[in-house]
Amino acid sequence: MINKQVAGVDEAIKGIADNMTCMFGGFGLSGIPENAIAALVKSGVKGLTCISNNAGVDDFGLGLLLHQRQIKKMVSSYVGENDEFERQMLSGVLDVELIPQGTLAERCRAAQAGFPAVYTPAGYGTEVAEGKETREFDGKMYVLEHAFKADFAFVKAWKGDAAGNLIFKGTARNFNPNMCGAAKITVAEVEELVPVGELNPNHIHIPGIFVQRIFQGEKYEKRIEQRTVRKRE
Amino acid sequence: MLDKNGIAKRIAKEVQDGYYVNLGIGIPTLVANYVRDDIEVEFQSENGVLGMGPFPFEGEEDADIINAGKQTITTLPGASFFDSAMSFSMIRGQHVDLTILGAMEVAENGDIANWKIPGRMVKGMGGAMDLVASAENIIVAMMHTNKAGESKLLKRCSLPLTGVGCVKKIVTNLAVLEVTDNGFKLLERAPGVSVEAIQKATEGTLIVTGDIPEMAI
Repeated sequence: MINKQVAGVDEAIKGIADNMTCMFGGFGLSGIPENAIAALVKSGVKGLTCISNNAGVDDFGLGLLLHQRQIKKMVSSYVGENDEFERQMLSGVLDVELIPQGTLAERCRAAQAGFPAVYTPAGYGTEVAEGKETREFDGKMYVLEHAFKADFAFVKAWKGDAAGNLIFKGTARNFNPNMCGAAKITVAEVEELVPVGELNPNHIHIPGIFVQRIFQGEKYEKRIEQRTVRKRE
Repeated sequence: MLDKNGIAKRIAKEVQDGYYVNLGIGIPTLVANYVRDDIEVEFQSENGVLGMGPFPFEGEEDADIINAGKQTITTLPGASFFDSAMSFSMIRGQHVDLTILGAMEVAENGDIANWKIPGRMVKGMGGAMDLVASAENIIVAMMHTNKAGESKLLKRCSLPLTGVGCVKKIVTNLAVLEVTDNGFKLLERAPGVSVEAIQKATEGTLIVTGDIPEMAI
């Protein structure tokens, strides 16, 4: 067993430096690497380019990094829930690249899987395709989208072991598996780090080979963005 | 004239047994309430769930189980979870049978605009560009005119596009229309709405052939 376990979040983010490009798993606030984000806020690192589907809310998720002006650029598909984001974007402090959600996932997966680029129909004929190569296959037009190049990928899983194996829960899975191994260093935080051998190999979503560092998060707030319920009859 | 629920009810009739369906935010979300209960349909949400159920009972919300609108949901027996790349493999790979989404504008050539208004805060396209570029069967659910009374069915879209030549069918508060090579073909009228009223609310080419039946809802 190759041991990927680090002592804690501070060791997990070691090597992070100004102006790096980082991936963050999560959809909305579901499945975000809460502990890594908190440590990055504390580290004071600046000028980050963040690849993440969303940008958090004002006081949670990537919103915490935004609040401290630690993010230079966001690469996202939807950024609607954050006033601070809007202020920084409109004042020109924050650079924003909006890309289709499936393209975001696939540019991560391409980096993980060793493809330099992929053709997708998404965005053809729109401003998303401006300046990009296009090509026709079987009568349909496609846009060439390049694999991301990132220094760190911060992901969050439900369970993991010291070998770096990961299991996700529910829709908190989202972009997390696609970002594993898509950056130079993948840092996985888990709700529960179990002894090696306890996870059934049949049930593992991401094999440890894609993960360089793993630790159990100190606590998880797991905030709900839109609490929708129905009445009991 | 239909209200939002009426539009959803009419679209629900397009949902067939055995369909996998992706519903957008807004009116499309309401469609799930009106699908016949004697057919089997699975709803996909692009954040990574197939087999979405209703909202949870109070106290049973789970931060790890949400839909693409970030709302807490439940799953039905037979449901599955998956990552974002696989979710869009379902969409891009045309495994999802029907996509229902809203729009700000639709053009008579099938172009759709629904993500950006210049001069306003842009939130992003989310999964809309992937959905419209890939789906073979797209139904747009929207009001026929905007709040200023201007037609949303145009010769050409004026807003930044989400996708080109992709919309096939539109259900509005006034009518059901099909996008053809020659323009919007009027298929059905909403209850109590005349062809003239639909013509007046449609900027793009409207094709009216023979008697246009009233929608049965």
